[in-house]
Amino acid sequence: METYTAMREFADSWMLLAMTVFFVGAVIFAFRPGSRKHAEDAARIPLKDD
Amino acid sequence: MKYGVEIVGLTLATFLALVAAAFAQDAAFEAHMWILFLVLAVSTIVLMRKTTFAPAGAASIPLNPDTNGYMDGPIRYGAIATVFWGVVGFLVGVVVALQLAFPDLNIEPWFSFGRMRPLHTSAVVFAFGGNALIATSFYVVQRTSRARLFGGDLAWFVFWGYQLFIVMAATGYLLGITQSREYAEPEWYVDLFLTVVWVAYLIVFLGTIVKRKEPHIYVANWFYLSFIVTIAMLHVVNNLAMPVSLFGSKSYSLFAGVQDALTQWWYGHNAVGFFLTAGFLGMMYYFVPKQANRPVYSYRLSIIHFWALIFLYIWAGPHHLHYTALPDWAQTLGMVFSIMLWMPSWGGMINGLMTLSGAWDKVRTDPIIRMMVLAIAFYGMSTFEGPMMSIKAVNSLSHYTDWTIGHVHSGALGWVGMISFAAVYYMVPKLWNRDGLYSLRLVTWHFWLATLGIVVYAAVMWVSGIQQGLMWREYDDQGFLVYSFAESVAAMFPYYVLRALGGVLYLAGALIMAFNITMTILGHRRQETPFDGSVSALQPAE
Repeated sequence: METYTAMREFADSWMLLAMTVFFVGAVIFAFRPGSRKHAEDAARIPLKDD
Repeated sequence: MKYGVEIVGLTLATFLALVAAAFAQDAAFEAHMWILFLVLAVSTIVLMRKTTFAPAGAASIPLNPDTNGYMDGPIRYGAIATVFWGVVGFLVGVVVALQLAFPDLNIEPWFSFGRMRPLHTSAVVFAFGGNALIATSFYVVQRTSRARLFGGDLAWFVFWGYQLFIVMAATGYLLGITQSREYAEPEWYVDLFLTVVWVAYLIVFLGTIVKRKEPHIYVANWFYLSFIVTIAMLHVVNNLAMPVSLFGSKSYSLFAGVQDALTQWWYGHNAVGFFLTAGFLGMMYYFVPKQANRPVYSYRLSIIHFWALIFLYIWAGPHHLHYTALPDWAQTLGMVFSIMLWMPSWGGMINGLMTLSGAWDKVRTDPIIRMMVLAIAFYGMSTFEGPMMSIKAVNSLSHYTDWTIGHVHSGALGWVGMISFAAVYYMVPKLWNRDGLYSLRLVTWHFWLATLGIVVYAAVMWVSGIQQGLMWREYDDQGFLVYSFAESVAAMFPYYVLRALGGVLYLAGALIMAFNITMTILGHRRQETPFDGSVSALQPAE
């Protein structure tokens, strides 16, 4: 198979799936139960200093 | 010995520049190498005059110790450089605007529009914006990681190396050295040098994050890091080229035809996405909460904002090549991803603005907050306009017209400029241990002059752009074009004069900032009535 065709097939199958799963996973992780407290602490990081 | 390595390294580099000038294959390269030789020679002499031969122990006591444990020296220099290059870049912008209105101002060959235009874009994007990004990223990463900059004097190399890149790029343009890639005009040897500086920047930034004392990496650092990493990738791939000679200024791109065009706009659009957006969003996520003294509205939304922006922006480049030789599917892909960018952009805008909920009164009393609000509002407006212009039907009218120029400037002057000004106004009193700025009233003056300048600029460019687009596509009932191209150029004259006026207003605001910042650094404080009306408030009737 031509290199272009092989890369193209990989890109619009497994790579696309991997990126979608990663993105959806990142969203779910951000809104997981119990993340609110952690997020509120993180949001205060700049205000703790000088 | 102080600066031992630096002096030896600079001397060697100076010698190499001299050798390159001697063996130069073309006149432009020779002139460029003489400039490099002079800059490096002066730098070497300056360092040699500052060196001491005291034993290492005695010499290690710094003259201006940073009492807070952070390395703020390069940030102080960066803040000054930001203001300086801002004024230079805006001034060149006004000049090129006037050159378009009055062609007699094209002074051949060095100051013709073709050479001055990349000087303007690089001066505002890379010199003004780049210095603002490097300075604020060093400021933010130390304070949110609670750690001193990693790598010691490497941060100084990043600062001075970046200035040398700016000088080499700018002088190269005026000499006529260009590889004709938009926002990536410097030739191969300047590109290689920038790569070295950029890797050093990445090492300093990443090293500081690695040795952080704060367990969580604050979201502003994510944005800064994505900006640094992506720009490294874009810069290296887009500038893959083969020089004609090791001692010549000309190189040829590794790509040909439409692949070359797509590589260029993959770079070009992500320079907008990651240089002018992600990096400045890092600024927004630190300086807006600090100035408002409130945490960001939704931290979780900022995480989504980050990942959505990263995943979508990288695909939007093909919208610069609508109706070209680029395959249709790629054009449509670029358009679709541009439209999807509405979501993270507006999510981020809402997040920034809502940070002020409960503190909206500060818009009236704090001109720095006002600048931030305007910056975020322009972020929202230009990220609405951009996807709309990427729709192929709209693009068929807007492409190659002044509408594009207006769009870029509403983003650049409104979003990038205003958030950088606000960050500089916030940082400078803290960096020099002053109680406050020299004058808040002057900040208000800056705010209104800049705002008026942007409004004039953007509105005028909309009118001229749409008029241009309509004139170019106007057919008569015989099927002939109604206007020649020159007629559409002549019709632009009043708009070009007004555009220059908008630029003059923006430049005037920047000059006021330069004065205000200078006086603040020198330690002056202007006597003035505060904005909260505490002195002049009316007493209630008895």
